[in-house]
Amino acid sequence: MTVAGHGLGRGGAYLGAMELPVQLSKWFAAQGWALHPHQREMLARAGARSTLLIAPTGGGKTLAGFLPTLAELGVSPGKGLHTLYISPLKALTSDIRRNLGRPVEGAELAIRVEDRTGDTGYTARRRQRADPPHILLTTPESLALLLTYEDAPRIFAGLQRVIVDEIHALAESKRGDQLMLQLARLEALCPGLRRVGLSATVEDPAALADWLGAGTGVLLADPGPDPDIAMLEAGAPPWAGGGGRYAIPAILEQVKRHRTTLIFHNTRAQAEIFFRNLWMANDTDLPIGIHHGSLSREQRERVEAAMAAGALRAVVCTGSLDLGIDWGDVDLVIQVGAPKNVKRLVQRIGRANHRYNAPSKALLVPANRMEVVECKAALDAVKARDLDGEPRGRGPRDVLCQHILATACAAGFAADALYAEVASVGAYHDLTRAEFDACLDFVATGGYALRAYDRWQRLMLRGGLWTLRDPRTASVIRQNLGTIIEVETLKVSLRGRGAPLGEIEEAFAATLTPGDTFLIGGEVVRFHGLREMTVEVTRDPGRPPKVAVFNGTKFATSTQLSERILRMFQEGWDLPHHTADWLNLQREVSRLPEPGRLLMESFPHDGREHLCVYGFAGRNAQQTLGLLLTKEMEERGLAPLGFVATDYATLIWGLEKVTALELDRDRLRAGLETWLAGNAVMKRTFRSTAIIAGLIERSHQGRRKSGRQATFSSDILYDTLRRFDPGHLLLEITREEAMRGLVDFGRIEALLDRVGDRVDLVRLDRVSPLAAPLMLEPGRVPIQGAGRERLAEDAANQMLRAAGLR
Amino acid sequence: MDYRFSLQGAALVALPSGALWAPEAALLVVSDLHFGKSERLARRGGVLLPPYETRATLARLDADLEATGARRVICLGDSFDDLASEAEMDEADRLWLLRLMAGREWTWVEGNHDPGPLMLPGAHRAEVALGGLVFRHICTGAVAEVSGHYHPKARLPGRVAPCFLIDTDRVILPAFGTYTGGLWSDAPELRALMAPDALAVLTGKTCLARPMKG
Repeated sequence: MTVAGHGLGRGGAYLGAMELPVQLSKWFAAQGWALHPHQREMLARAGARSTLLIAPTGGGKTLAGFLPTLAELGVSPGKGLHTLYISPLKALTSDIRRNLGRPVEGAELAIRVEDRTGDTGYTARRRQRADPPHILLTTPESLALLLTYEDAPRIFAGLQRVIVDEIHALAESKRGDQLMLQLARLEALCPGLRRVGLSATVEDPAALADWLGAGTGVLLADPGPDPDIAMLEAGAPPWAGGGGRYAIPAILEQVKRHRTTLIFHNTRAQAEIFFRNLWMANDTDLPIGIHHGSLSREQRERVEAAMAAGALRAVVCTGSLDLGIDWGDVDLVIQVGAPKNVKRLVQRIGRANHRYNAPSKALLVPANRMEVVECKAALDAVKARDLDGEPRGRGPRDVLCQHILATACAAGFAADALYAEVASVGAYHDLTRAEFDACLDFVATGGYALRAYDRWQRLMLRGGLWTLRDPRTASVIRQNLGTIIEVETLKVSLRGRGAPLGEIEEAFAATLTPGDTFLIGGEVVRFHGLREMTVEVTRDPGRPPKVAVFNGTKFATSTQLSERILRMFQEGWDLPHHTADWLNLQREVSRLPEPGRLLMESFPHDGREHLCVYGFAGRNAQQTLGLLLTKEMEERGLAPLGFVATDYATLIWGLEKVTALELDRDRLRAGLETWLAGNAVMKRTFRSTAIIAGLIERSHQGRRKSGRQATFSSDILYDTLRRFDPGHLLLEITREEAMRGLVDFGRIEALLDRVGDRVDLVRLDRVSPLAAPLMLEPGRVPIQGAGRERLAEDAANQMLRAAGLR
Repeated sequence: MDYRFSLQGAALVALPSGALWAPEAALLVVSDLHFGKSERLARRGGVLLPPYETRATLARLDADLEATGARRVICLGDSFDDLASEAEMDEADRLWLLRLMAGREWTWVEGNHDPGPLMLPGAHRAEVALGGLVFRHICTGAVAEVSGHYHPKARLPGRVAPCFLIDTDRVILPAFGTYTGGLWSDAPELRALMAPDALAVLTGKTCLARPMKG
């Protein structure tokens, strides 16, 4: 590893191995720009096969990635693609095109820079294939598509460099695994291709380097000064709920005192509600905007443009602004709600003050009392530069199946060669040949134990090469490329009127009972029923929402943060009095969770019995615990109806009171194998896996609108496979995915190790202070058992009576 | 468990499986079996679905025949996903189906996907009149009519399932086949066919009746 800048002089003149064109150096000088040490070092390492640059936001890392390209292309480059730039965000590609255009045009270099995303028009895409630009800016999905064309070898001929931006973000999802498989494909087409990864601060640079490619050199830029970060003084947050509405006056005050403020929220729904409230409190008419993934592209682009022009004083946003676009004017970041993960918090803080070597300024706004505790733990961790992160698992095989199918679209492949290529990818380095062959068999024939039909063939082996049996199927395969699985949503409309208020997830809609109230678009509505593909509601402003709408990404609190919180409970806390009082109240009426014990509370609330289990094992493991415990309760006739999991607890509700519940490790572990297969989490995982691996096609919006669903539920396929072909590859992949993602049994075992038999079940006459926030938690999982059967029957009878039919 | 009702004087039972049982005629009626759906999709070069839906459907049909002791069976159309599906039927599945047919009066009603199987025994009819009821694939709006075709489905809290649609004049059966999508019971097409007070009877572990509308 080399620290950028070591032994290099200042200024832009010395360029090591690679010289910038004279015009460009002059143009930089005229702008008063001097290269940062790590930018010069990237030029010096231009010939390296693979380099990972880790630099804080504002460090000019994207330019650092492009400098060798500009140097190599020079003043009058020849024809053909030289550099491919890949970013996780479409918006980033157009932003980079503008930013790169300035020096290229300013220095009068004859370099063509173009972007290509799902938004690029048909004519432009055709032209790019026929006559590629020198620098093409694209996304992993658009690259996947390009690689399926028969003329891919011609399009990419002569490609020298590939730059992967925001690689830390891509590495956290299957999009990254897919991209790395594509880079291996590109390298086969273009021997000698050099890779550059650009990353924000991460906890384990060496692991990310291995993931990018064998022998990747790491270049660490100066991380800059410590951020100026604190909790916002805004009085007492509410006992429960999210959104941070109580802090709006204090936040407005901060917005007034700064040039531009980014106000981050963890979910889109909360961002919406907050924005509405902020707008109503905005008595001095400050220009403010909102930006999140559910808004239309036009709306987002308007906000981005206004931001870039410095016309906005604040933007309320979600993870949609975690990445990318360099806005020099942002001088304050406010995080509303618990940050959940220290690394992500540090990256978000970096959005403030995009000037290199100036401290970023950030304020944390806990939305409720528990989040005060979590924010305090996060502040301590940031100060200690103690980043968290989970190690990456093996490369997912559903992504590999899609890659095999996509490779067959472009041209035939030989199995031996493709296996060698795949095994050269970091995440797939330990993929066995048998595993590869099983994936190939699945793609080619479905991989079923029953082999009755010759025509169960998608691929055929012709002359040693695997090709599509029917080349016309290529267009359908292309439409289904990608690893992002859209959640099925339903429109919410006021009863009797057509105008939709917004959208909620289909799975969430399935948990609603008529009379339930929930928040949408900032207002409280009452659920009446589902009509075809629409959720019918009426306005019900007088009532508190019973259930909150889940929308946007759910983050799990890291192990490290959870441990810090438990230690704080034990070792005492330096917290604002409101939160300290709340914890003291909890200690008075019940108990506080302890590191070496497991606390459970049982209490009646809102006509149902509740059980709360404070495992502090992170959202996924708490979810699994919910599944395991409800299963146990179902068997014991306790009629559980559903549960919800947060990072620190699982709340289960049902029809019967729980007075004792044993957590037997062997039973939990043995039960996991047999019953896990039948639950909703596995079905949800199977759906994603089946779509990615190409077993089922995505349900496109247009097709769903027809009412008659062209596709039937993936649950039926899951049940059929389990019954008739239990050893099928997709079930194996589903299990693997669930175990590491949604199940996270490892953290349950760690919990059991930690607590042993020290379990305390406290019976209360009402919800405890610590359990109260869970009542508003989104992401409720229904239990399909006796309790729900009883409820469905009651609901059916009520509806019949109401309709005068009984 | 099941849902008992009468249609123009005939006693009928909607079974949780999606079959209709007429005890007086010892008649079991199933609609839209769609045998060979995965085979047809594979043949057309599309996705390769698990080739097990025919045996899954047969297993459920077998269970209903066993439980009711039916002497007559009417398959209400779209029994095979298309004509070629019949020819491509797995031999074990074909023998299973023949075993179910043996000793029973078996009628294949013509559907829009298939005219009925050509190589299997059993009677072929465009429609059947029996015990004061008429059985055909697509609802015509006639009184005392039993039909299929639309694959209706409906919701209750926590459950989405294929359903029967029942009013005083007619009944529309859910699809019995394993791989079959569905049309929401309150879709305009179905509302136009059924009376406003029609019921949707959901299949599943038990039959549950709810109003078709709303």
